[in-house]
Amino acid sequence: MVSSMYVLPGLLSLTVFLPAAGALVILALLRGQRAIRGFALLVGLADLLLALGVFILFDRSGDADRFQFIDRFHWISAETFNASYFLGVDGLSAPLVLLTGLLGFCAVIVSWRINFRVKEYFVWLLLLQTAVMGVFTSLDFLLFFLFWELELAPMYMLIATWGTGRKEYSAMKFLLFTILGSAFMLVGIIAVFLSQPGGSFDMTLLLESGSMLNGATAALPLGVMFWLFFAAFAVKLPTWPVHTWLPDAHTDAPTAASVMLAGVMLKMGGYGLLRVNVGMFPGEIRTFAWALILLGVISVLYGAIVTLRQTDLKRLIANSSVSHMGLVLVGIGSVGVAAGELTAVGLNGAALQLFTHGTITGLLFAGVGLIYDKAHTRYIPDLGGLAARMPVAAIALAIAGFASLGLPGLSGFVAEVLIFFGAFRAYPWPTVLAVLGIILAAGYILWMLERALFGPPRERFADLTDASFLEAVPLALLVISIVVVGVYPAFLTDVFNAGIAPMVEMINQGLNSPAVTPR
Amino acid sequence: MVTEPLVWAIFFLPLLSFLLISLVIRPFLNRYGWLSGGLLIVALAVSFGLSIWVLRQHNQGADLTFAAHTWLELGDASIELGLLLDPLTTIMLVVVSGVSLVVQIYSLGYMRHDPGIARYYAYMSLFTASMLGLVLSANIIQLYAFWELVGISSYLLIGFWHDRPAAAAAAKKAFIVTRIGDVGFLLAIIYLFFQGAEFAAAGLNPLHIPDIWQAAQPLATGGAILGGAALTWVALGIFAGAAGKSGQFPLHTWLPDAMEGPTPVSALIHAATMVAAGVFLVARFYPLFQETREALTVVALVGGFTAFMAATLGLVMNDIKRVMAYSTISQLGYMMAALGVGAFGPALFHLFTHAWFKALLFLGAGSVNHASGTFNMRYMGGLRRQMPWTYLLILIGGLSLVGIIPLAGFWSKDEILTGAWLGSDLVDPWVARVVFGLLLAAVLLTAFYTFRMIFLTFHGEFRGGGAQEIADAAARQEPPPASVSEEVHRAESPLVMVAPMLLLGVAAIIAGYLANPQWVKSILTIPAHWFAEYVESAVIFGHLETPHFNFMIAIISTLVALAGIGLAWLLYQLLPSRQAPEGEEGEESQGELAEPLTKAGPLHTLLSRKYFADELYEDVLVRRGFYRAFAGAVDWLDRNWVDGLVDFIAGVCRNSGRLLAQFQTGQVQFYGAVIVLGAVLILVGYLIFGAGLRG
Repeated sequence: MVSSMYVLPGLLSLTVFLPAAGALVILALLRGQRAIRGFALLVGLADLLLALGVFILFDRSGDADRFQFIDRFHWISAETFNASYFLGVDGLSAPLVLLTGLLGFCAVIVSWRINFRVKEYFVWLLLLQTAVMGVFTSLDFLLFFLFWELELAPMYMLIATWGTGRKEYSAMKFLLFTILGSAFMLVGIIAVFLSQPGGSFDMTLLLESGSMLNGATAALPLGVMFWLFFAAFAVKLPTWPVHTWLPDAHTDAPTAASVMLAGVMLKMGGYGLLRVNVGMFPGEIRTFAWALILLGVISVLYGAIVTLRQTDLKRLIANSSVSHMGLVLVGIGSVGVAAGELTAVGLNGAALQLFTHGTITGLLFAGVGLIYDKAHTRYIPDLGGLAARMPVAAIALAIAGFASLGLPGLSGFVAEVLIFFGAFRAYPWPTVLAVLGIILAAGYILWMLERALFGPPRERFADLTDASFLEAVPLALLVISIVVVGVYPAFLTDVFNAGIAPMVEMINQGLNSPAVTPR
Repeated sequence: MVTEPLVWAIFFLPLLSFLLISLVIRPFLNRYGWLSGGLLIVALAVSFGLSIWVLRQHNQGADLTFAAHTWLELGDASIELGLLLDPLTTIMLVVVSGVSLVVQIYSLGYMRHDPGIARYYAYMSLFTASMLGLVLSANIIQLYAFWELVGISSYLLIGFWHDRPAAAAAAKKAFIVTRIGDVGFLLAIIYLFFQGAEFAAAGLNPLHIPDIWQAAQPLATGGAILGGAALTWVALGIFAGAAGKSGQFPLHTWLPDAMEGPTPVSALIHAATMVAAGVFLVARFYPLFQETREALTVVALVGGFTAFMAATLGLVMNDIKRVMAYSTISQLGYMMAALGVGAFGPALFHLFTHAWFKALLFLGAGSVNHASGTFNMRYMGGLRRQMPWTYLLILIGGLSLVGIIPLAGFWSKDEILTGAWLGSDLVDPWVARVVFGLLLAAVLLTAFYTFRMIFLTFHGEFRGGGAQEIADAAARQEPPPASVSEEVHRAESPLVMVAPMLLLGVAAIIAGYLANPQWVKSILTIPAHWFAEYVESAVIFGHLETPHFNFMIAIISTLVALAGIGLAWLLYQLLPSRQAPEGEEGEESQGELAEPLTKAGPLHTLLSRKYFADELYEDVLVRRGFYRAFAGAVDWLDRNWVDGLVDFIAGVCRNSGRLLAQFQTGQVQFYGAVIVLGAVLILVGYLIFGAGLRG
């Protein structure tokens, strides 16, 4: 193994735990809303810069280590339990760490108007960021699971306490759905542990052809383990038919929680699918690719159709997420080609979709949150004519909308095209159906813009003010990221591909179980 | 020496203008909005100069092939950006930058008082850059990207006055309807990528446009890399995209609504450039179409039918811009039909001439609107006295549109008719004959609606303009259309508007004959059939025949056109003037227009309701069928079954929990009783089944 160019021990741990440390400081030391907000902003900014550092310093050259910035020490006795504190990033997770840092910072700013139990609010928000970053960087299954569960409490609190509408119902629904999924995952993780000689939670071993799971020594049939993990990730993604927690949770959550929920937490599902189901089960993923693409296409079309019917701005965007995350499954479905013929296109598209959807939907929710803050309604028939009153918010919402409907030059397009390219090779007709989704996307986005932003200015919105400078910062940051990725996607795909290429290689070798590919 | 950066500059200059306007002028210098107009005009003047220069260099045989740049590379997929400079591109560069330049100058006057002028020029910059990028693209993904950007800038410009509900709705409709076609285009691209391995085996890149042409050509061994039914489907997919952008039936319904945008926008986008992009797209992939008779037949028949159908709709419209919109659809149908029957050169020649004279007509409509405050011809009339220049220029544009010698439209339309008459070996003879019949019939209709428009607008008595229209609407207790203004000042438009029209008028006169001399061997050193043969050299495979001037066709088409003009004169000039003395006072007749076409009864209704296409698409298919019935059902299922199941399971858990909780009474007596009961049950069970267990 060639050693990485940059060996910066502790950098990744710092990136992951800085928000949690900030939360502790707020909890223990700070008083007064202004101090708390200001400090949270600083922590968010520092963590964004750290995440950016990790992303930029990540060595993309061909002979670099697959996992970099590794922080590892034994945690629970090596002889009996063999669990370790083990963080590291590869090409797949490095951009997602950046995404989390970016949206975490934006989430702090969009929370500026929170004035109810401010201290607790920012404690939970920062803790959430640590939990999500932990999921993306854990390379030990036990640690991964801990972070996965850790994220639930802050999100539950944020929705149930600072939300709107049926907030307790939605928070509980979110919690139960996710826990149900994680129960399956826990069984899967135990099975993985027992399947490894001597027992191990080391995820990197499972990604290497020499030490990966194999059907002969596995504690459970590999196909069963595959679906156990899939269940957890499918709920989180979410895919049809386990998506119904999402519109409720998004709609009733406070703006920052919606941004984090749609922007990074759904990505935990997509990340898990790519890391575990694709990376660790290269045989099963080919066997079951048809099921994934089927679920994906249903989610794309069904999500889009339901979106068209929505009259609440946030609910509309939430449902559009179901449709867009369905595309991730369609992209993963591209592995359903014959062994040896898989290319990295579809999987890269799926990975890129995680990032692009995060920024686009984050921007959509930030824009809608701004409108809701000022107009005090999200009910679309009551809105209208806002473009004249709030041009900055309107422009941000329009750009996010254009990106969401796949306008070239903005990031969503690149991911969609790569997904379609990849999936068509494996399953042409389902892909054609998924492509039809772009008409529906144009329909619900443009119709939303028309009803919310255009039309004659309304009397009762006469004294609405536009976004302040601070409120415009997250909008601008997200717009910039959307444009940069749209114009020069290699900025991200070079990194993503470093993580995905080894998976593609393993699948092409037809490892870990023979697969018959139904076309 | 043409270098690559100079060619890129043609595209980047308007893009830079877009960035400067939207990042600097609009936020910080919005009070000086006219600055943005100046900026774009300067950028486009340079782009136009460069385009002319590139065209000259290319025509003189300069080598203008440049290596592509990698944009995205993933395993075997490599997407490149590059420049493709062939006659098609060089001509389009001149058309796009030229018409855009003229329109931007005109807009300085037309949009002078609009507070959103900086935003207007930002969108215009984005549009022009996208359109120039589109025609320069060497890679099909690159082309698709600009194709969509053209679509979104059209969306922004149609909806420019976003506080008008009709404009916002029209913008949305334009984007969605064209996107339906774009799905076909995208699927064709996806299919090409899917064939990547076959392309690569032959050393070709499946996304590089010249390589795609190459792949469609028959191999020496028989067959083609891209051939048979697959080629037909790819070609039809591309045509679907083209039909959407060019407003071909059945995707034509967005274009008339798009007239809600500012008039200079209609002149640039919905007359000269964006709508021509569809024709350009089919021409760009002509080497594919040449190899598939089925696809070409579809192109020819759709084009011919659209030319005729749209012309019938132009007959009855009262909105001057809608007359022109249907006229545009119809003329685009001519171009498509020409491509379909193999008349490649004539199609592009008509695109070229049409761009100038149709832009002129639209700018003229804007000028008329400036004076009368309305677009409704029922409230115009008699304007020729106050607006001599506008009248003269619209007359030139109109005669060119009708195809009267020696104006530009005559030469190009005649070439198309000749091409359709002669047919080619690319389609069956019956197809060419049907198309010829449709196109000739459309000549009659074109002449009629054009002169109906001119008579209603400029002749007769003035019927009150926007003020009258608002008064009438008030009398009917209806809100007047948002585009109507009460300010009526019947006078010629300012120089900044008339001068650009004058330039276009000159082009409408000379562009036909000078660009493509037909009768003589050469004129001013321009050889005969220069234009047609130059653009045909873009199609590097197969052989294209340039139709030569045919006196018989020319005479027939001129007679048909004159008949149309005569009919319009009869109905709108002669009959009203005969009836006028029999009418009552002159005051009464003002504001009232006898429309002779209403005598056609149901036929008139059918036409003025646009064959009920909007009702069918929007009310029946989209609103009732898709939105209410289908999407409503899915949404209901989602809430009541998919989510209902979740709540049901939760309810079962909660209720069974509640049921079991009732046993936890906390009373020792109750627990004791249950324990005794359990013990008794076990004992009884043991006595009954115990024997079996022991045995």
